[in-house]
Amino acid sequence: MTAYDAIVELNDHTHWAFGTGFDDPLAGIDTSVLPGTDTAEQCLALGDDALIMSHRLAEWCTNAPELEDEVALANLALDLLGQARLLLSRAAQARANGETEDALAYLRAEHEFRNVRLVELPRGDFAHEMARLLVFSTWRLALFERLVDAPDPVLSAIAAKGVKELTYHQEYAAAWTVRLGDGTDFSHHRMAAALDAVWPYVDELFDSGEIRDGFDAAIRQVLEAATLAVPHVPGAARVAGKAGRDGVHTEAMGYLLAEMQSVARAHPGAAW
Amino acid sequence: MVSEHRRAAGPSSGASGSTVSAREVAATVLDPELPVLTIAELGILRDVHDDGQRVTVDITPTYSGCPAMSAIRADITARLHDVGFADVHVRTVLHPPWTTDWITADGRRKLEEAGIAPPGPAVRPVPFTLSRRSPVPCPRCGSTDTLKVSRFGPTPCTALYKCTACAEPFEHVKAI
Repeated sequence: MTAYDAIVELNDHTHWAFGTGFDDPLAGIDTSVLPGTDTAEQCLALGDDALIMSHRLAEWCTNAPELEDEVALANLALDLLGQARLLLSRAAQARANGETEDALAYLRAEHEFRNVRLVELPRGDFAHEMARLLVFSTWRLALFERLVDAPDPVLSAIAAKGVKELTYHQEYAAAWTVRLGDGTDFSHHRMAAALDAVWPYVDELFDSGEIRDGFDAAIRQVLEAATLAVPHVPGAARVAGKAGRDGVHTEAMGYLLAEMQSVARAHPGAAW
Repeated sequence: MVSEHRRAAGPSSGASGSTVSAREVAATVLDPELPVLTIAELGILRDVHDDGQRVTVDITPTYSGCPAMSAIRADITARLHDVGFADVHVRTVLHPPWTTDWITADGRRKLEEAGIAPPGPAVRPVPFTLSRRSPVPCPRCGSTDTLKVSRFGPTPCTALYKCTACAEPFEHVKAI
């Protein structure tokens, strides 16, 4: 029997969202200890960030300026999708109501998503994606470095793995930021405009009292090399003080979910 | 799994009743993305435990989104079934996270022979730097006069390079 036979013939995990042969990403991981409510909320929020960012990055397939960057962006999206599956699976376990990562990804409504608004912003030009990726990966890396010591062993393991991946994401975004910022006048202005467009969504990342010093220092280092300044722009408006983590999203979120969830909603429970 | 096929197994002979150990069998499974390496050489085979009834195999993903995990799981199960281990349980362990330092010396040699530049030592935590990392020697001609084409290659664990001395493109397994 070949590996292919083993996947298509013997595996009974026929589930539309994963495709035939994909398992629970936490299969075999010791999950006997269920996380507390705080950890569950944290896993959901971090999982949503990764899922939505992954979806936006995947939109670059067939749209990136060069083949190599298309491959790179797809790789980044894959890493984040992997993180999302682990985190949403862990969140689903904690909720203990029979939900799966699938239900969380494909059957929740907009106000139930806890991702920060930065990741849902519509795809702009390549500079905009690099600005968003620089901010996102720098912030998430700082967060995961602390979560390595999280009390929940599963979250801690996901973070330890994620740190290595995010380091490469940050390096990729930083290199492009420098190349464009310190490039021609034209690329410099495009990169500066991209940072201005992304920056209003930075404050929201630190709503939960996360430490910002490391983030600011890393961003400064990149922008200095890129001959760019840290933008001075007002934060994006909130609704009654609420933003992404409270389930209050921008207009773009509904369109994103409509596309991402369309197959699951049109064919609930379908297997393929 | 397939327990009706289980053979009588004595405590000294392991779950298959044969003399070959479950570890030896599991260690021969090839990585689907880097098929020049076995999963043991790649360092993702973490543990094999045979209690005489059931074989428990622990594997770890290289990257969170590694799409090869279910194929690897299926390969291990199939290979062990083939030699008589009927009850096989493959577990995923996330901790400690995989590092390229676990690629064995044989694995590194085989990568190089296949034209894939093996990783250097992994530094933890990876320092944030805007400068070029140390050069990757060309696996074909040995020149260090190489250029990184892309940090990300056809699989999550590789980057794309080209050699300016012999003009060959090659892949490099990134140290993590």
